[in-house]
Amino acid sequence: MRISLFITCFNDTLFPSVGRATVAVLERLGHTVDFPMAQTCCGQMHYNTGYQDEALPLIRHFVDVFESAEVIVTPSASCAGMVREIYPRAAREAGDDDLLRRIQTLSPRVFEFSELLVHRLGVEDVGAYFPHRLTYHPTCHSLRALKVGDAPLRLLRAVRGAELVDLEAASECCGFGGTFAIKNADVSLAMLSDKLRHVQDTRAEACVAVDTSCLMHIGGALSRTRSGMRTLHLAEVLASTARDMAR
Amino acid sequence: MSTPSRSNIPPAVSPASTAVETIPVALPPHGHALPPFPVNARRMLGNTQLRRNLGKATTTIRAKRAAVVSELPDWEELREAGRAIKEHTLAHLDEYLLQLERSVQRAGGQVHWARDAAEANEIVTGLVKGTGATRVVKVKSLTTDEIELNGALQAAGIEAVETDLAELIIQLAQEKSSHILVPAIHKNRAEIRELFERTIAQGQQLSDVPSELTAVARAHLRRTFLSSTVAISGANFAVAESGSIGVVESEGNGRMCLTLPQTLITVMGIEKVIPRFDDLAVFLQLLPRSSTGERMNPYTSIWTGVTPGDGPQAFHLVLLDNGRTHVLADATGRQALQCIRCSACLNICPVYERTGGHAYASVYPGPIGAILTPQLLGVEQASTLPFASSLCGACYEVCPVKINIPEVLLHLRGQVVRAKQHHTGVRGTLAQATPEAASMRTAAAILESPSRYEQAQRLAQIGQWPLARGKVIPSLPLGILSGWTAMRDLPALPSQTFRQWWRSRPEQRQEAPRD
Repeated sequence: MRISLFITCFNDTLFPSVGRATVAVLERLGHTVDFPMAQTCCGQMHYNTGYQDEALPLIRHFVDVFESAEVIVTPSASCAGMVREIYPRAAREAGDDDLLRRIQTLSPRVFEFSELLVHRLGVEDVGAYFPHRLTYHPTCHSLRALKVGDAPLRLLRAVRGAELVDLEAASECCGFGGTFAIKNADVSLAMLSDKLRHVQDTRAEACVAVDTSCLMHIGGALSRTRSGMRTLHLAEVLASTARDMAR
Repeated sequence: MSTPSRSNIPPAVSPASTAVETIPVALPPHGHALPPFPVNARRMLGNTQLRRNLGKATTTIRAKRAAVVSELPDWEELREAGRAIKEHTLAHLDEYLLQLERSVQRAGGQVHWARDAAEANEIVTGLVKGTGATRVVKVKSLTTDEIELNGALQAAGIEAVETDLAELIIQLAQEKSSHILVPAIHKNRAEIRELFERTIAQGQQLSDVPSELTAVARAHLRRTFLSSTVAISGANFAVAESGSIGVVESEGNGRMCLTLPQTLITVMGIEKVIPRFDDLAVFLQLLPRSSTGERMNPYTSIWTGVTPGDGPQAFHLVLLDNGRTHVLADATGRQALQCIRCSACLNICPVYERTGGHAYASVYPGPIGAILTPQLLGVEQASTLPFASSLCGACYEVCPVKINIPEVLLHLRGQVVRAKQHHTGVRGTLAQATPEAASMRTAAAILESPSRYEQAQRLAQIGQWPLARGKVIPSLPLGILSGWTAMRDLPALPSQTFRQWWRSRPEQRQEAPRD
């Protein structure tokens, strides 16, 4: 299958390793990855912070870039949720019927990474080997907006060598919330403290999730507190094989 | 929407403080803004006892709710039915309200229409004065809190006695409610014992045992019930076809108020009407399971006008607008009026769990308050509330009438920003914009163009060098971003972006971005 990668501006700039891992997994499974160079940002930060007029050109740009793609994958549940949930609403608010129609044909072809593998491609074992103790944090958008269910966990359970530990109060928000982490920094930190406690209680080496934004929040505190733990995107775990171990 | 700079935020409550600090939460006079949520929240987060009480209470009630909801195989169908009934009623509110008025009048009650809080208070005060009573007993009612009826009655020389135990505690402590359903959720039993010893049990030595404290309140209230001639209540539901009013409660104080006095005055928001008596079958399943985590609440009182020789012989229904028709006019925002005040969204909310209700500075706290208060007051008066959420979506998942709270939050955020831009003229020049608006506009301009976006990536890779320490940026000097590095490192930008790597792959043709 020819799969178009929407890397997201965030991963492109801050977490390129997640993009490389996504490509590695998909190519290992025999798919062709296409990366439209004209892509930029889905507009989520603008829209969710209230700058909805400013988000509209970004939404139009995304549709222009990706509407001819067969299947679109993104290693970000919140950006996938932006396209699937918010785009139709934004087009309706703008009164742009043509844009709405284009979005309605495009958005069913947009998948979050674990969703694509398990629900669209029907794969759980991607041949990964990752001999480490891990815990999994289900991010809010993956759980409640996209409803990916246990797809990421099924993928992780099939990873050879990996020891998966349950995270307490797993479904509770980590406190990131985009610009919430800045506008309401104190509440965000109070939420993060509890998430950190649960993550550290697992004695895992790494906390895994499908959103690097939440992971930057959790990982930023794990790093600051010299916790001896780190964060990994699911794709980075799945990209690791006995021959090519993830760093 | 601007973020208060951290230096303007008062320090957190000192650890030595034991009493819960309360912020005055009376809704401000019309046209005045509420204090900003981040400032209130910071104060509340520092209160260790509040954090402990709330954490314990919300965890317990979440588990109870989840258990009783999972018992019903048709829970999702019930939610959908509840949503559909409310949506239908709101779409035909004008007809159902007139039908309700006729039904109540036919059953011997009187109906009064109040445009706003002042009108409602004037009507109620006048009715009480007409009876000659100088004291009224009250059933717990958010609507009368919203209009600050107790204050209006007091100004008219009428004492209002709250009879719900938690509401009584709040009244005796001269505080404000911090939870829709459990107003004293922020207080523990030791505080309540101390409060009772100062007020209704003067001279007595009480213990911290809940049953003993309840008995003290019960004795106090029983005397009051038996000597009061006027009661004031809110309403959970009002049935248009029959004129029946329903109040759902746990303690029996409501039943006493609704049956013992000669005169009963009910103040209800116009959105509480439902078309048919049969509709109660849906809501009486949804409400107790969502609110207290019970299959059925202990007391459900339903009355229809006046019954000669039984119960109050005079019944007045005050229908309150107070901003609700304004909410109704907003196609996205109006779903907030479907709310049945169960408080499931408060109990599940990770923000509410940590800040408590007082941080919202409104009668309606938590996620529902964050979408209702700005709509009732106007977004500019409560501009920080739509941002008091991480958009985690847990509230939407538990709402028994499927109010899409995250959707309304986003909708209101758009209104806040547009209102600010209208004032600062951000559409005109960048120089006049707030720092946030200026950076958002700049970011949008960069992200609209692939070539500008790549240039910006390269500039950031070079420009970060004074801040990066190995793989992380431990501290950011920038005002609006410094909140991030207060407790979190920021990853330093890798030397190669994804697209730079992609282009460097041997199989990729060198392709320059096009606009």
